[in-house]
Amino acid sequence: MSVIGKAVEIAARYLPDAAADPLLESRGYIGQPRNRVDGPSKVTGAARFTAEYAPDSLAHAALVCSQIASGRVAAIDTTAAEAAPGVVLVVTHANAPRLKAPDMLDPPTGKGAAPSDLPILQDDRVYWNGQPVAVVIAETLEQAAHAASLITVDYAADTSRLSFDALKSAAEVPKDILGEPPEITIGDPDKALADASARVDEIYRTPWYNHNAIEPHATMAIWSDADRLTVYDSTQSLKRFSGSFERVFGLASGAVTVLAPFVGGGFGGKAALWHHSVICAAAARLAGRPVRLALTREQVYRDVGGRTLAEQRVALGAHGDGRLAALIHTGITATPDHARYAEQLTFPARHLYASENLFVGQKVVSLDTVANTWMRAPGESIGTFALESALDELAYALQLDPIELRRRNEPDKDPTKDTPYSSRHLVEAYARGAERFGWSGRSLTPRTQRDGEWLVGQGVATAYYPALRLPATARLTLHGDGTVEVSAAAHEMGMGTATVQIQHAAERLGLLIERVSFRYGDSSLPDSPLAGGSCQTISIVAAVHAAADRLHQELVRLARRADGGILADATVTNTQLRDGGLSRVDDPAKTMSLESILRAAGQDQIEVEASSSMPRESLKYSIASYGAQFCEVRVREDSGEVRIARWLGSFDCGRVLNPKTAASQLRGGIVMGIGMALTEETLFDERSGRIMNPSLSEYHIPVNLDVPYIDILMNDVADEHTPLGAHGVGEIGITGAAAAIANALYHATGKRVRSLPITLDKLL
Amino acid sequence: MTPRVPDAAEPQGTAAAQSKIHDSLALPLSLRVNGARRELRLDPRTSLLDALRDHLQLSGTKKGCDQGACGACTVLVNGQRVLSCLSLALQHEGDDVTTIEGLVNDEAGHVLQAGFIEADGFQCGYCTPGQICSAVGMLHEFGQGVPSAVTPIASLSATTLNDEELKERMSGNLCRCGAYVGICDAIRTAHERLGRQAR
Amino acid sequence: MKPFEYVRAASTASALDEVAHRPNSKFLGGGTNLVDLMRENIEQPDALVDITRLPFSEIREREDGGLSLGAGARNTAVASHPVVRARYPMLSEAILCGASGQIRNMATVGGNLMQRTRCFYFYDEAARCNKRQPGAGCDAIEGFNRIHAILGASDACIATHPSDMCVALAALDATVQVSGPQGERTMPFLEFHRLPGDTPHIETELKPGELITSVELPPLDAAGSRYRKIRDRSSYAFALVSVAAAVSIRDGIVADVRLALGGVAHKPWRALEAERLLRHAPASLEHLRFAVDAELAAAKSFVHNHFKIELAKRAVVSVLGGLMGLESAR
Repeated sequence: MSVIGKAVEIAARYLPDAAADPLLESRGYIGQPRNRVDGPSKVTGAARFTAEYAPDSLAHAALVCSQIASGRVAAIDTTAAEAAPGVVLVVTHANAPRLKAPDMLDPPTGKGAAPSDLPILQDDRVYWNGQPVAVVIAETLEQAAHAASLITVDYAADTSRLSFDALKSAAEVPKDILGEPPEITIGDPDKALADASARVDEIYRTPWYNHNAIEPHATMAIWSDADRLTVYDSTQSLKRFSGSFERVFGLASGAVTVLAPFVGGGFGGKAALWHHSVICAAAARLAGRPVRLALTREQVYRDVGGRTLAEQRVALGAHGDGRLAALIHTGITATPDHARYAEQLTFPARHLYASENLFVGQKVVSLDTVANTWMRAPGESIGTFALESALDELAYALQLDPIELRRRNEPDKDPTKDTPYSSRHLVEAYARGAERFGWSGRSLTPRTQRDGEWLVGQGVATAYYPALRLPATARLTLHGDGTVEVSAAAHEMGMGTATVQIQHAAERLGLLIERVSFRYGDSSLPDSPLAGGSCQTISIVAAVHAAADRLHQELVRLARRADGGILADATVTNTQLRDGGLSRVDDPAKTMSLESILRAAGQDQIEVEASSSMPRESLKYSIASYGAQFCEVRVREDSGEVRIARWLGSFDCGRVLNPKTAASQLRGGIVMGIGMALTEETLFDERSGRIMNPSLSEYHIPVNLDVPYIDILMNDVADEHTPLGAHGVGEIGITGAAAAIANALYHATGKRVRSLPITLDKLL
Repeated sequence: MTPRVPDAAEPQGTAAAQSKIHDSLALPLSLRVNGARRELRLDPRTSLLDALRDHLQLSGTKKGCDQGACGACTVLVNGQRVLSCLSLALQHEGDDVTTIEGLVNDEAGHVLQAGFIEADGFQCGYCTPGQICSAVGMLHEFGQGVPSAVTPIASLSATTLNDEELKERMSGNLCRCGAYVGICDAIRTAHERLGRQAR
Repeated sequence: MKPFEYVRAASTASALDEVAHRPNSKFLGGGTNLVDLMRENIEQPDALVDITRLPFSEIREREDGGLSLGAGARNTAVASHPVVRARYPMLSEAILCGASGQIRNMATVGGNLMQRTRCFYFYDEAARCNKRQPGAGCDAIEGFNRIHAILGASDACIATHPSDMCVALAALDATVQVSGPQGERTMPFLEFHRLPGDTPHIETELKPGELITSVELPPLDAAGSRYRKIRDRSSYAFALVSVAAAVSIRDGIVADVRLALGGVAHKPWRALEAERLLRHAPASLEHLRFAVDAELAAAKSFVHNHFKIELAKRAVVSVLGGLMGLESAR
């Protein structure tokens, strides 16, 4: 980090905290387990996703993807395709419009859109096996797909870098990791490790993974005039996408509108701008008609990146009582030169436990692959697998209960940032979870529980995810009938965005919930951050809070001048918004309904916009969510087949805005953690650089029978430094889950498996 | 609340598309969809799924993988749950197809839809129509005594719809959002409610 | 998908006739495998003859006490049939372990026999595969071969047959009734599917233009039969290893035994050697393990599927041992 950056960080710690939110502990709509407002449209099939809009003269696109990992397209024969029935156009680098490369995603600022710096379809270079090299536009989907199969491509292949194991000795330290230093040293961890009375030093491996949202990525592009573009895209990043399209096509700011009212799952895979989106827009421009490009399931693995594989080392040195003398967590991940994304797997170790000496550091290997990208809890999901497995191994070495071991290493402030925690109750979350799960009395000897042919075991691990907030803007439109519409360029991929924002806005504005609506899914609405890092909800809440204050100011201004003088002496401090009106705090009888204020002012609506502040609180405090993941596994002794019998997640994740949707998000993360631990692996053939299981039949995500009832506890303790005291909950569920399973499997079988997925052959 | 987005214009594209295909390739198909007789002329390659989504503008049925591995495309054909992506539309001459849009008139479908909302049996909603159609079909199968892989072989008629049965029978519908707990709650509740209503 | 001609057949005779007049045509049943393969451009027929309306989906008891499964009978119907469940439970169990409820409602008996491998390299047009292009090579041998064969493979192909139902049919000594331009014929189920040899692109003994009309089950009482499927998740996945077994014991001696393995070979693997060693031998774990070891002595594994050998042995011991009533059958 730069000197100035460091100075800003230190200065920020002396800034006063923001004033406490008056709604911090309120119990109106906020905190109610309300049904989703988009529920009826989703269960009736009325909710429409990107590939379901069909404007006049829509044409269909089908991609052709490269079959080599690096080199050039030497020749591409499109004659048969162009002559095929129904074909309108074939686009390759030879006839694609000249386009700028999109701007790259910059996670610390949340700006940019693309996962890689590559220009799209601009030259004959191939950078990964699966890169789109041509697109066919035809009248029907069947015609487009068939014509695409008639295109023959000759490649001139270069030697490719495809083997992680062969190349990892040449791994390099990246410049930074999401703006944080790639390495941190405290004390002399190597010596402390060597001197420690109890020691664990192991390697943990996780494979390539793919998001596999059930909705395949899709784009539909409609040009009106040469320089206005409307794009429907299944995206988690509306505003960044619209800006990127403007940049790529050389259009004026505001010339592109990106629409995504419903996205069929994202998990990070739809947060970045992949080639197909731009190719679709380029094809639509050339064809002069709207074009829809929906990726096939196979193409989702070709054009869209997933999670990098990782090899991690965790070394723990402890005193006899379990207090850590040394904590070393290092890791190597892979990334292509055109992406340069080092997945932040050492982040949990930077913030979770006290240790007298510490080293965390990461390296990356350059491989010729599709850009690796964020996948649910990038960094924390795979980092906690290693760290929390190692801690469990240490617990057994010390014959100490794994929860007690963690309790003894509970830090009183962030060990590497040196900042106080804004709100941390991990120990209590463990205690509550342990009681509910029935943890006490658990034997410290593995392989002692049996039920017929099944070995039984229980395991626990820490869940951890930072509670991020990014600046956002929100608009409030108060109509003459007293209803309010909240607007933001926000996203709905399943987290229940509209529902919780309406709960907040209604309570903030003192309105009946039926009087409030939430408009989103449109990049022309006020700027919201991308729906990633679990930050969307509280980021927008902060902006709506700011806009509500602005609206309050405006209503006061108008009320003061209203005939009758009831609120002639109104100020923002002596009035409040409640019961659909503006009222004196000291004398609630002095009130005017919002409709009457508008009428008196002769206005049929008031519209205000406001932005939330930069998240300076994150410089001053270490703000995160925590949890304790408990699971019980059964292992069939003769075959190694694993069943998850029970699960309890006990979370310390801030004030819960809607327990129904929050529990679903936590469960969803846990289910993805079950897949991460037991069933999922992307098979990357190092001979060709090609993914060999690009399907849902051979990439195994958990099915219904794989998942037991998941009990969820949330402590609902407000964090006074975050909007409404809340934290995001979208990703923490997957963290700690894989380690809890690996730990439970060790408890059941006596076998410690350090490489995922833990398929049955590893337990045979 | 659905956001205000520009309404898509009536899809004329398919009619234009049809005219460009040589007529000898397109074949007639007559079937009932959600109770209404529909007549189409289709490229034989058209899956039942694409016929529903793109030719009949019934986009409630979803395409998740187009290869029979996810269940998002589940519809009911003559009362039985099937995967519409693996079926060519032309195979369904004279058949009775029910999609999620048609379940509003189906007692089981209606109870399930309400149950999914109450139990939060969905998140993004993309697999949801398939889950619900599959559940309707599954409950019917169960009522007809169709066994499953977890049904004890000794019982010659279907057993109780316990968790294991329910989960196994619904395992042909993937949910990446991981809403399985809510999905099971919704179906279990609907099964109980429908059982009470039947008595 | 390539354009094709679509024809509906109303009778077996007209179905045969339609196919006979169209080179490169195929019969279309439930479509659960064929439609997928066509979309992948692995199968590229110029014409499809839809046989789903043919009157051959009946399941009926035969005079000799056996059971006739019409080739058009859907998997669900077969698995639910009371006679199948009572007398051939391994067949019901096997079918119910396969695919999903929706697919079982669509898939036909005939189509189940005809389904093709799930090998990753078979499915990938960029990979070398001797099934798709004879002589091209086999990328699975040095590639990802976790789901591949340990028995009966060749240097040309190590793919497995993915069906569950077929493993049970192999154990039950079913026969396959076929109609063709040359008339009707019957063949033992065990001869229907082929090992890869150096012609892995030829997977069955069906001649061009022939149509499966039924699968016949002999008059067995296989009430003491079971199917166990072991896979990488608890449902909706193909078998790593599966076992179909039936046994009858008299006075502690194995009177008769049937054993077939799935997930291990290019065809359902009837464990004839193990059966031979078990028949008339004492029903004991020791003999069981001896017989299983002998059956798998010739097993050859690859980098990613070595575990299948031990897994297959244990699966057989657990299933047969369980049917024999042996304790600690692990």
